[in-house]
Amino acid sequence: MNIVLIFLISIFSVSLFFYGKSKTKTISIKDNIKLNALPKFYGYYLVLWCSIPALVFLLVWSLFEPTIIKSIIIETAANQGAVFNDKNEANLIYEKIKAIHLGTYFGDIDSILKESALAYAKFINLFTNSKVVLIFGIIIASVVYSLKKIRNNNKARDDVEVILKGLLFVSSLIAILTTLGIIFSLLFESIKFFSVINIFDYLFGTNWSPQRAFVRDASSITAAEYEELKDAFGFIPLIAGTSFIAFIAMLVAVPVGLFSGIYMAEYASTKVRRVSKPIIEILAGIPTVVYGFFAALTVGPFFRQVGENLGLTVSSESALAAGLIMGIMIIPYVSSLSDDVINSVPQSLRDGSYAVGATKSETIKQVVIPAALPGIIGSVLLAVSRAIGETMIVVMAAGLAANLTINPLESTTTITTQIVMILVGDQEFDSPKTQSAFALGLTLFIATLVLNYIAQRAVKKYREKYD
Amino acid sequence: MTKEERLKKRHQAEKRFRFYGLTSIFVALLFVVILVQNIFSKGSSAFKKTVITTEIFFDQELLEIQNGASEEDIMEADFYDLMIENLIKAYPAKDRDEEDELLRLFSGDAEIEIKKAFLKDNNLIGKTITLDLTASDDIDQLHKGNYPRDLPEERRRISDFQLVIYDYFVENKKISKNFNNYFFNNGDSRDPELAGIGGALVGSFYSILICLLLAFPVAVLASIYLEEFAPKNKITDFIEININNLAAVPSIVYGLLALQILLSTIQLPRSTPLVAGITLALMTLPRIIIPCRASLKAVPPSIREGALAVGASKFQSVFHHVVPLALPGTLSGTIIGLAQALGETAPLILIGMVAFVVDIPSSPVDPSSSLPVQVYLWSESAERGFVEKTSATIMMLLTFLIVMNFVAVYLRQKFEKRWN
Repeated sequence: MNIVLIFLISIFSVSLFFYGKSKTKTISIKDNIKLNALPKFYGYYLVLWCSIPALVFLLVWSLFEPTIIKSIIIETAANQGAVFNDKNEANLIYEKIKAIHLGTYFGDIDSILKESALAYAKFINLFTNSKVVLIFGIIIASVVYSLKKIRNNNKARDDVEVILKGLLFVSSLIAILTTLGIIFSLLFESIKFFSVINIFDYLFGTNWSPQRAFVRDASSITAAEYEELKDAFGFIPLIAGTSFIAFIAMLVAVPVGLFSGIYMAEYASTKVRRVSKPIIEILAGIPTVVYGFFAALTVGPFFRQVGENLGLTVSSESALAAGLIMGIMIIPYVSSLSDDVINSVPQSLRDGSYAVGATKSETIKQVVIPAALPGIIGSVLLAVSRAIGETMIVVMAAGLAANLTINPLESTTTITTQIVMILVGDQEFDSPKTQSAFALGLTLFIATLVLNYIAQRAVKKYREKYD
Repeated sequence: MTKEERLKKRHQAEKRFRFYGLTSIFVALLFVVILVQNIFSKGSSAFKKTVITTEIFFDQELLEIQNGASEEDIMEADFYDLMIENLIKAYPAKDRDEEDELLRLFSGDAEIEIKKAFLKDNNLIGKTITLDLTASDDIDQLHKGNYPRDLPEERRRISDFQLVIYDYFVENKKISKNFNNYFFNNGDSRDPELAGIGGALVGSFYSILICLLLAFPVAVLASIYLEEFAPKNKITDFIEININNLAAVPSIVYGLLALQILLSTIQLPRSTPLVAGITLALMTLPRIIIPCRASLKAVPPSIREGALAVGASKFQSVFHHVVPLALPGTLSGTIIGLAQALGETAPLILIGMVAFVVDIPSSPVDPSSSLPVQVYLWSESAERGFVEKTSATIMMLLTFLIVMNFVAVYLRQKFEKRWN
């Protein structure tokens, strides 16, 4: 239906373009008046007026129609006498009604379901009809308005440009809308979660085992049940595991990345630089699922084998394997950022140092790096935020159980792994378990935002110093 | 310490420092080589499949159809008995158990393969033809040398007797390797020998197409606004900060956004390329806007001023002169953004693309998988045959990424104007 409507709108628009163009031409010739713009702008003017209001309306309508119909249908089903205790059962009934309407339901159909399905068909029809009528109404109104305008010989180019500028502005607003969408969708579920679980029990709990939380009705939890629940959602093991793996990753990425950055900025000839820089950046372009596969199938078992030979017990999902591979993934972030930062240290600082007899490495260690330090710290922080938000490597190569450990040979879990584990497959809506994933997402979002903010401030401050 | 000694020491320190830098670069490069070599050595064998050449006699009594039967009749005919009759003739087995073991050397699709041969030529009743039937995963891996045959029997998936049959096949040159068309044409399967990336390829294609259609126009329009029209005020600053922050938000957060808004609120269908495409578009948008703005900024003001001087409006100067000049940089930024989106996995897992989908999606609203998600799914499977399939999928994915990046670099170097 929507596709047919969009098709009709585009056909109207195209024909209006040619109508507007030729109409204004004939008017100007017949009445011998000077047009205020080229004829094609009158065409564009009509096209914009014909399509934009109708398309915006269609979009908004399609966004809200399913939710509205759903709530109406659930209500009618309840009036018919359908019994459901919570949202899950209501959803189930709604899905059944929908399936009956589409003819894809093969279970028993009782009178309540049958009546509701009829009501559903009625509402779908009603909504579709009113949508079509309203859209045509909008098109007619806006076309009448714009035709009147061009008959009065308006300044079509200016008007078109004002509308287009509005369009450009709206496009740039999508970034803000996305941010708002992220914040609201995370907050919405997190608030529900924190209304069940005390935020301090979450932040300072030392035990994470959400599979224990099978309370179906979140609104009536007894004190004894809460004791049990509170123990299932402790954030400490997750942040410990995440920081631990990120720390191992930084142990690999910072020295290797920093030294490569220094070498590339200070020593390498243009030829070496031109070849090696893109190859190192390949590391950043490889999808993380590939690293995860490599870590889980090659590096993990390899470490365990080596450990066995040395008489150590190494988990095949050790934090060491995941951290090492993550560190390699992050090398290019550190190296190219520090390369840029070192390059922007003014040559005069180096020349001064050479003039008093320092060698190149002494100059780098004692002059260039201290001067570039804020920028380098910024790039390392950006890399840390990359590491804690990284998902696939840890999902595939790190463990699932939340162990509080600082032994790199044992397995440990991370925030992102837990989000995936909770949300993969079928989710029970409105259970604290599902909501906890959003609380974790919110924590992660805030953490990366803060890290990025500090990092960007550091880099910016540093840039200003030498600009 | 004399002056000479001190100087010597300082020069040694200099050499050491240089060596550290060189080693770091070498370590990074070495890792690229190890990774690529590891994936290629595991995956290249997946492009061939092992087939067993078998003689098939089309017996009318077993098939109960005539020569020249219509396509419907053939589809309905029972080829199962015919398959059994013919396959057990491939090796002189002594009893029922041996016959069962023999049958297990062939893939689960042997019946369909015979049926397809008959569909191609429906005059085969009473005739005998030789067909290359796909071997089972175990034989496939054994023949490719990925499976150790010197393990004790109880730890092997292939019995001693099956090894005897296999050796008999090899001796009689009945076993060979063909191009693995299943890998490219089939959807997912529980049997590694029948599993393919056809569904994932189509799913990825639709997702990236939707991502491109949504993200590219919006990103270009937004960057044009921010670079050319936006007044310097609080709103513009806020938009800019937002874009920079969004580019750094972990991808999994976009998965949560899609789950809550696209699936829960708007109720778009789960596991579909449509939802994947929208999610990836939201994620890629800031990553495209940043290079787009850079390439608009690189166009010198003289171009704009020239256009304005001959009476163009601001819009005309931007759309007729600045945007075409910035297009190569814009396109290459878009392609690199799409390449990142193509390899993205975590948000797609959250929107349910991990479902087991056998059928190849015919539209963006059919449930489907995508290449990186297929890698994740297969890497969780225990069968040995899937390791090879996973690596081969990664090879395909990396090939696409390399091609996209080359196109991006080529566009920039060939068409971008240097202003100086």
